[in-house]
Amino acid sequence: MSRDTDGRWPVTFTVDGAWEGFRRCLPVAAGVGGYGLVFGVVARQSGLSVAEAALMSATVFAGAAQLIAVELWADPIPIVAVLTTTAVVNARYVLMGAALRPWFARLRPAHAYGSMFFLIDETWALTMGELSEGSGRGAFMLGSGVAVWLFWVAATVVGASVGAAIGDPSRYGLDFVLPAIFVAIAVGLWDGKSTLLPWGVAFLVAVVAADVLPGRWYILAGGIAGSLVEVVRVGR
Amino acid sequence: MAVLTYLTKAGGFWLLGHVDTSERVDAALSVLPGAVVVSIVAPELLNGGPSAWLGAAAVVLLTRKTGSLLAALVGGMGVLLAVRAVL
Repeated sequence: MSRDTDGRWPVTFTVDGAWEGFRRCLPVAAGVGGYGLVFGVVARQSGLSVAEAALMSATVFAGAAQLIAVELWADPIPIVAVLTTTAVVNARYVLMGAALRPWFARLRPAHAYGSMFFLIDETWALTMGELSEGSGRGAFMLGSGVAVWLFWVAATVVGASVGAAIGDPSRYGLDFVLPAIFVAIAVGLWDGKSTLLPWGVAFLVAVVAADVLPGRWYILAGGIAGSLVEVVRVGR
Repeated sequence: MAVLTYLTKAGGFWLLGHVDTSERVDAALSVLPGAVVVSIVAPELLNGGPSAWLGAAAVVLLTRKTGSLLAALVGGMGVLLAVRAVL
């Protein structure tokens, strides 16, 4: 486990670190809030009450899985189908959690496993950028996650309450907020020309996989393909 | 659903503490974040048409120039809406 112990920087878990994560994640959290509105509207249309939708957002805290779950929603609830899709859609989190290991393994287990609840695409990507720069702010993901969680739950309540009165989000360009966030995060993760090949492969594989595979498998497919390219390159 | 979601989030972290990582795993993990982020946006961006492509280009430029996520978001959405209005 050399990766866990030979770190050049200490990893701390402080209020300051959490606050930095919270502050830096606020624009992202607002963007996720737009997505939360959509979830609230869809959940309401699928027959969930406002309280049920809010409870799901507060405890599950995984946008894509929640959207797909409420689309499957029926009476009685198709438990097996909902749980299977949840696992499939969330499979990418296994990879993301693994990538946090080098830093989070140096935190107390309660801090590390507590933070994992706040792992979503956005907080994970921001946190990876932050920690790879060597800041050692171990509480960054917790802070950024709290920021997103507040917006996510609040937006769910608003979306479920006002329903379809909001209209089409693309009219305000809101459909572009999340892609734009990820593009900006990718710029931060860019590590020179050596990044081009694995990223290019990830891009192509993701585009093709999105066409042929259901759900969010394309994220896992692209991520794994890009990583394999790097493994082959290093191995030579 | 909540429990299952948490298990996927914590599972990868836990698992990697119980296997020995080699140089290969290190290499894979080093590019994984970027590869995953690229994979997340790739299909949506490609299908978004010229407004999304130009908006994304604006986001890249602004992030590099200003380093501010907020500035990049506002600029990118401005370009996107402008292009949509023209086309």
